[in-house]
Amino acid sequence: MASISEEIKNHGKHDDHHDDHHHEEHFVSKYIFSQDHKMIGKQFLITAVFMGVIAMLLSILFRLQLAWPGESFETLSFFLGEKWAPEGVLSEDMYLGLVTIHGTIMVFFLLTGGLSGTFSNLLIPLQLGARDMASGFLNMLSYWFFFLSSVLMVVSMFVHTGPAMAGWTIYPPLSALPQAISGSGLGMTLWLFSMAIFIAGSLLGSLNYIVTVFNLRTVGMKMTRMPLTIWAFFVTAILGVLSFPVLLSAALLLIMDRMAGTSFYLSDIIVQGEMLTNHGGSVLLFEHLFWFLGHPEVYIVLLPALGLSSEIIATNSRKPIFGYRAMIASILAIGFLSFIVWGHHMFVTGMNPFLGSVFVFTTLLIAIPSAIKVFNYLTTLWRGSIIFTPAMLFAIALVSTFITGGVTGIILADSALDIAIHDTYFVVAHFHIVMGMSAVFGMFAGVYHWFPKMYGKMLNTRLGYVHFWLTLIGAYGVFFPMHFVGIAGAPRRYYNYSVYEEFDTNSLDMMMDLNVIITGFAIMAALAQLIFLFNFFYSIYRGPKAPQNPWNSTTLEWTTPVEHIHGNWPGDLPTVHRWPYDYSKPGSDVDFIPQNVPLAEGEEEH
Amino acid sequence: MESKLIVLLVIILGVIAIAQLVRVYELVSKLRDKKEHEITYRDNQLNAKLMLAFMFIQSGGLIYLMLKYGWTGRGIAASVEGIETDWLLNLNFVIVLFIFFITNALLFFFSYKYVKKPGVKAFYYPHNNKLEIIWTVVPAVVLAVIIVLGLNLWGDLTAESPKNARVIELYAKQFDWTARYAGENNKLGKFDYKLTLGTNELGLVTKETIDSALVDMIEGPTGINSIKDRLNNEKLVFNDSVISAMNVTLSRKERLARLLTQMKKHHNAKNDIDVWDDIIQKDTLYLCVDEPLEIKLRSRDIIHSAYFPHFRAQINCVPGIQTRMKFTPNITTKEMRKKMNNNKFNFILMCNKICGGAHYKMKMMVVVLNKKEFSKWWKNKQKDTFKNKYFGSSGA
Ligand code: HEM
Ligand SMILES: [Cu+2]
Ligand SMILES: [Cu+2]
Repeated sequence: MASISEEIKNHGKHDDHHDDHHHEEHFVSKYIFSQDHKMIGKQFLITAVFMGVIAMLLSILFRLQLAWPGESFETLSFFLGEKWAPEGVLSEDMYLGLVTIHGTIMVFFLLTGGLSGTFSNLLIPLQLGARDMASGFLNMLSYWFFFLSSVLMVVSMFVHTGPAMAGWTIYPPLSALPQAISGSGLGMTLWLFSMAIFIAGSLLGSLNYIVTVFNLRTVGMKMTRMPLTIWAFFVTAILGVLSFPVLLSAALLLIMDRMAGTSFYLSDIIVQGEMLTNHGGSVLLFEHLFWFLGHPEVYIVLLPALGLSSEIIATNSRKPIFGYRAMIASILAIGFLSFIVWGHHMFVTGMNPFLGSVFVFTTLLIAIPSAIKVFNYLTTLWRGSIIFTPAMLFAIALVSTFITGGVTGIILADSALDIAIHDTYFVVAHFHIVMGMSAVFGMFAGVYHWFPKMYGKMLNTRLGYVHFWLTLIGAYGVFFPMHFVGIAGAPRRYYNYSVYEEFDTNSLDMMMDLNVIITGFAIMAALAQLIFLFNFFYSIYRGPKAPQNPWNSTTLEWTTPVEHIHGNWPGDLPTVHRWPYDYSKPGSDVDFIPQNVPLAEGEEEH
Repeated sequence: MESKLIVLLVIILGVIAIAQLVRVYELVSKLRDKKEHEITYRDNQLNAKLMLAFMFIQSGGLIYLMLKYGWTGRGIAASVEGIETDWLLNLNFVIVLFIFFITNALLFFFSYKYVKKPGVKAFYYPHNNKLEIIWTVVPAVVLAVIIVLGLNLWGDLTAESPKNARVIELYAKQFDWTARYAGENNKLGKFDYKLTLGTNELGLVTKETIDSALVDMIEGPTGINSIKDRLNNEKLVFNDSVISAMNVTLSRKERLARLLTQMKKHHNAKNDIDVWDDIIQKDTLYLCVDEPLEIKLRSRDIIHSAYFPHFRAQINCVPGIQTRMKFTPNITTKEMRKKMNNNKFNFILMCNKICGGAHYKMKMMVVVLNKKEFSKWWKNKQKDTFKNKYFGSSGA
């Protein structure tokens, strides 16, 4: 690795002399097959935004069905056609298809690829003082794998047997047997191949991030002087490297069961009158493998968001993040613990109850570092001098949803209680708030905060405010009521709740009331995203030019010129002399001291 | 079509309108020399106040929902275990809501209170070990309590059933449930999926059922012989893909037939009585109040999940393995109707693991009878043992 990093350093030095403006690059190598981390970060962002819009649209389509079951909607036939929405009514199978693809895109494409792909790429070299990633080529490959997998996932929605329909968790045998549901035919095959490619790309990316963090920190950038963003990306990458291969094996074994007649997951099955000979396979094996990734995945989604918000909250409170070292320790503890809690998804699968108890214990342990993080955020705000940039608003909202979703996790982690609410809408509410909303808010916060760094332009602040408040209210409006639908007992992945007519109409009435409210808020929140999209694309072209350090931040990315150059810094790389949180330090007349400013005489490091 | 055009037009006009507004805003900013990255005093104050308002909206909204929709949704627990579950659930809710209200309120209140004010500098406060230890230890203690109580209950819920528990099997398939009550000796007979036939839907193992499965596999309408006949029949012409599909089916069936032959060889008819006295029940599951139940579950095709919301009981049905649960219903359907103030109320068994298009319709009605009613029903059922049904000699 050393040779690569040397090369980049030398390359940078060599560049310094003759170009502040980089020599004209060819369009293709600059915008398409770029190896520059800043461009790759933007590619990830745009792709993820595109995928996110699709996933959001899907959720609106199936929410229409949930709120007004059986009613005819032109929107539905417009997007889905006669086959999947005959006379404007969503078909049963397609309902499950939409839910599955919605979940898959949101979790993997928007919040794994999009969030950590965008910001790890943009910020790791910039905040560490590196010219680029350790390997620009692998980095480029990682994006193109991501792109290819996105294309496959989108294509899978258009095949004639429909997309994968077994839920984003794709439990076999449902996902293994096309006889069981039409989406388990070609749609599932594409899903599996898309995810396999996605994983390959994600591994390339993660390895690159890890190597870069280890090797390319600039002079003085000790691990204990890294911004919390970098710590978060770093631990995220390690989680990815350790857990995604397990998902890949799970997927490969499933592919074999589907195509090569093996029995890893199948045993004693009769489906649609056909008696299969598979014997001895175990569904629980799949569930273990899936959740061995699945749970760390939650933190792969969440940690980058928390990292971004740490940075943003410190900057805009004009205070150091409280308990920097405790924050690092929490990130590491969460990272470690996230590998030994996966069984909490399996309390009612038939897994040995004793094993269940062990997972209760480890899961509740993870609440401790999470609580520490929350308290540290609160204390950072305390006696701050808060500036409400749109990024700051989103970062605060993230803390709120992290709490709100976190506390319901305490209930779900308690196996005895999980029995009563497992797989109900209570779970849907829980994971949307703690993982979905928190990570989305973190991502928005990141985009608002680093947009000037990405595009050299400013986003419109007022539109940002409108976007924020509508989104926050929409998010709670959608997911608060969902808890109550769940407590009422409503199972998830139900096309409608007509079965309630046969046993409890009161409960049904209440549920339908809530479902209409939820869908209303969902539509409002979705429309609010149009404001963001407009702001984003408009500002790329016409936004006012950004100053070099718009938020008066201490970290190194703001010492680079506004115009992007290859190698990031025109002259020598900056040298780091202090931690990244010297905001409002007593004895200094400015309220922030960038990391590259040497300690004044007699000044102590924090 | 026209409506689509109109919608499209509205969207385009909307975008243009916003763009124009933004242009105006930018021009005004330029005139006033306002920079996008400098947040004005007014904007800051506005957002601070909105933060405070949101604190009230959020907690108020939750309280409203709790009052209006609260715990009533699925009604009181109707089993001994469910009552314990609800007690712990409520306790945990109290703890969790307390944390929720305090921390969220602090978050929004701090955001409001400490908004930037002219002349006030932020307080440099990088860490405080004492505080950090406090908020490590306090959550740890609270969690310890939660864990101990939780595991205690979990132990109870998953423990062995008492000896006198009634044994019932629930058999799941796309998209319905079948129940099988253990007969007189309270012992369920054995099963093997290879024996599944129209006359033996649950694949129960007896000498006779093995024989008929074997006969069906070899001589039945889609059995081995008929496939072979068709393959060898020169009058029938198939294309290659059909032929290869037939060959695959053939070898699958031959393999199954071999397994059945072995089973037949090793079968010990002594235990057949366990099967013969079992009682198979569809559509409605009748239970007896205050009678402990030991429920065994399995699935014919894919994963399903047996979910009894009112008994607070749930476990997956997994092809290839048998799972179990136990509970003791303690309220009859009649009593529950009174309590729920709804004379059409019923207990229910729903499928709660995605299992295909009609997943949402996969249910079985559940009726809890008092002791007298149940023994009457049970006595009446004795003429419907598997044996009587199988040999078609039930007097019905
Ligand atoms: C507009 C905002 C959103 C709405 C209205 C929404 C709504 C829903 C609903 C109603 C379901 C179906 C639940 C079920 O039947 O099991 C669902 C599933 C899901 N959603 Fe969302 N969602 C939104 C955003 C998100 C985000 C941001 C994420 C990112 C984590 C996400 C991840 C998921 C996942 C993983 C599933 C489960 C899919 C499955 O059951 O296989 N959603 N969503
Ligand atoms: Cu988990
Ligand atoms: Cu089912």
